[in-house]
Amino acid sequence: MLAREVLEELVRVLGREYVLTEQEDLLTYAYDATAAMKHHKPDVVVAPLTTEQVADVVKIALRYRVPIYTRGSGTNLSGGTIPIEGGMVLSMLHLNKILEVDQDNLTATVQPGVIIQALNDEAAKHGLLYPPDPGTVTTATMGGSVSECSGGLRGLKYGVTKHYIMGLQMVLANGEVTRWGGKTVKNVTGYDLVALFTGAEGTLGIITEIIVKLIPAPEARKSMLAVFDDVDKAGRAIAAIIRNKVIPATLEILDNVTIQTVENFVHAGLPMDAEAVLLCEVDGYKEVVQREAVLVERILKEEGAVQLKIAKDDKERDLLWLARRSALPALAQKRPTTVLEDATVPRSKIPDMLKAIRSIATKHNLQIATFGHAGDGNLHPTILTDERDAEEMKRVHLAVDEIFETALALGGTLSGEHGIGIAKMKYLDREFGKAGVAALRRIKKALDPYYLLNPGKIVRRD
Amino acid sequence: MSVYDSLDSIAEELHKCMKCGNCMAVCPIYKETRQEVGVARGKISLAEYILSGETEMTKGLGSRFSLCTTCMACNTNCPCGVRFDKIILAARAESVRKKGLQPAKKIAFTALKMQRVFDFGMKAGSIFQGVALKNIPNRHSKLARMRVDVGIGKEKVFPMLSKKTLRSEFPAVIKVKNPKLRVGFFTGCMINYFYTDIGRAVIEVLRENDIEVVIPKFQACCGIPASVNGDVASARTLAKRNLRAFERMGADALVVACSSGGTAWKHVFGELLENDHELKALADKWAKKSYDISEFLIHQVPFKKEGLGRVARKVTYHEPCHLNRGQGISKEPREILKSIPGVELIEMKEPGRCCGMAGSFSLVHPDLSGQISDRKTADIQTTHTDTVATGCPACRLQLQSGVENAGFDEEVLHTVQILAESYRVGKEELIHSK
Repeated sequence: MLAREVLEELVRVLGREYVLTEQEDLLTYAYDATAAMKHHKPDVVVAPLTTEQVADVVKIALRYRVPIYTRGSGTNLSGGTIPIEGGMVLSMLHLNKILEVDQDNLTATVQPGVIIQALNDEAAKHGLLYPPDPGTVTTATMGGSVSECSGGLRGLKYGVTKHYIMGLQMVLANGEVTRWGGKTVKNVTGYDLVALFTGAEGTLGIITEIIVKLIPAPEARKSMLAVFDDVDKAGRAIAAIIRNKVIPATLEILDNVTIQTVENFVHAGLPMDAEAVLLCEVDGYKEVVQREAVLVERILKEEGAVQLKIAKDDKERDLLWLARRSALPALAQKRPTTVLEDATVPRSKIPDMLKAIRSIATKHNLQIATFGHAGDGNLHPTILTDERDAEEMKRVHLAVDEIFETALALGGTLSGEHGIGIAKMKYLDREFGKAGVAALRRIKKALDPYYLLNPGKIVRRD
Repeated sequence: MSVYDSLDSIAEELHKCMKCGNCMAVCPIYKETRQEVGVARGKISLAEYILSGETEMTKGLGSRFSLCTTCMACNTNCPCGVRFDKIILAARAESVRKKGLQPAKKIAFTALKMQRVFDFGMKAGSIFQGVALKNIPNRHSKLARMRVDVGIGKEKVFPMLSKKTLRSEFPAVIKVKNPKLRVGFFTGCMINYFYTDIGRAVIEVLRENDIEVVIPKFQACCGIPASVNGDVASARTLAKRNLRAFERMGADALVVACSSGGTAWKHVFGELLENDHELKALADKWAKKSYDISEFLIHQVPFKKEGLGRVARKVTYHEPCHLNRGQGISKEPREILKSIPGVELIEMKEPGRCCGMAGSFSLVHPDLSGQISDRKTADIQTTHTDTVATGCPACRLQLQSGVENAGFDEEVLHTVQILAESYRVGKEELIHSK
């Protein structure tokens, strides 16, 4: 419970309406989208309308040492917004204005509560595009997306969130408002704190404004779907496409378990015995798309695709993408709990990773379906389970441990796009070693000495 | 076990939710409040905490569960196929079982059950409504606003109560020469007391298609206002009365021109009476032959195209949630509109987005309802049409209120009214050509 004076001060800054203290409301900020994670109720939820209010709230929190859990839409998959130490949830959803789309500098300036899709819609009016497109594009906020450095389907060609963040306004843990970066392409003034704050999961500062890079929207696109009877062949096809200097906007893979589940769910016309399906889309100028599409088609045939479908128009494109789009819904409806991981490997190791995941599933007698962004090595092994089954959950945790070990052994990383949060904290020293984790902790302490900002995430207190 | 009897009935439904938050993309309430409790995920969590014993049902929880227009947009956008419409009904019924019904609702639902008292009240209302309501000059309909704020604001525009109810205007059986079919017409309250023009249009169109219309005098309120607010007992009483009234008169089919009424006959009566063998069978029998008027005219009749006169209207169509997502009827009204000579159909942005009326929701949360309505009104205005068609009298009220407050000229009609108008013009054209 918070002292009464803390609440009174918060109300003085924000007004009664923007300070939630009733149990019925607090309970709805105790969780996020992470599966099988313990929830924890905050003591208060505040929703500021301005940067100044955010700064004032942080100063109150500092004075009374109240943990601050900054939250956008709460769609993350790492426990990143769960207020595990109680205290305050800082909802950024009312800071939701698109402040500017600058066509001359190809930037947009937005507040953190803007939904990614809203920025996309606004950019599209000017023929521009904000490329990062996580699966939560219609629900996640820009602030959350920058804090988690989310990826998505276009990573291979266009990169991920961090490649589009040019400037940030941050409220620091001492309540001071700072600006980093800006609209210039070149900027080497001081340390690159824009890079540091991007993906920091709200543990180092609070984002109150974001300047993003926009690009001209591609003129044309073409989608292809290839079916393989062997995972290795699919892997070789991925490598061959890249080796031939074609960088598709998206290159997605579905494994056999996913294919079977999806096929039973939407009847997209995929062969049930297929070992892998690759979905590829090239985009750019019409002429370039034409040339690349022909080349990719040839490569896919040469590498032994047993079936090849090429979309002639947008309607056929949507049909091809139906299988990929339906992957998560289809899997989610099979069992009540869906544990979605994002271990990532160099793209050349995709076949090895797929095979390893399959043997882990067999070993622990679990249903694991794998799909994901083959082009950038970011796979989503998805464990279908039921969190009420304690015995099965034990096996799930063992399998998750082994998936991470395999990813690291193959030269990969714990998390491609979901972040560390609470969920993967215990694995951190396996990737960084003790010295690496200690360095992270020193950075945390330098910027947030009292562990006020999203405490209990990424790095543990000493 | 039905959702009306126990919160346990939705345990599996709750467990399907993986908290992805996709419901946030489409929830009309969340869009306005940006508070987690406004969206399905928030209320699902609250229901889970009640079931797990982490919290008890409180009045505060009851009021949180009132934050839903039951528009079912979240159902459609849910990757896990969670039926949130069932969850919210169960949660509200649980709230009423544990914490009782709000006094105002208690009075209202009791009145609905006492048909004669209700009729008398409405009659008295039609005479004395001028005391509370102030007429608004409007060239399309008789509209009014509250003179004093009784807690629902003064913004809302209401239709005036009709001097004569629809059911007193017509005999119980309206005969035609050589009837093709005998159809029961379930009027619903809004059409009976306020929008009698919709009811007359239904009858006109059915007669035009050589269909005998039966309007049982003893039909009652559909009970949806009670069942969605958790007053299961009242809803059951009304369901039984309606089933008996129509069974006594008999008909080949039953038509409704109200999306709540349609939902009641097709789905809710059967669910409410699940434990009553005899009545459950009766409910199922009638569910199979219940149709929305547009559905009936397209698939069962099909309505005659000859004799349709020219109606020069630019029309946009608003989808009632319980007709579109609730009954899967979306193409039919458009098909009717497109078949009318002179009608130009211009789609609005997000025609399936909730208008924010949701029955008593608009009385309990007038501000929120108004905000949701404002978005719909703006979408209508940008179509530059002169008419909004819809398939539900409650939506019509909300749309009329929105249009009136925004101050642009747009007539709000039920689809069937435009069809009736076309038949009427067709007859005049025929007379003139002779």
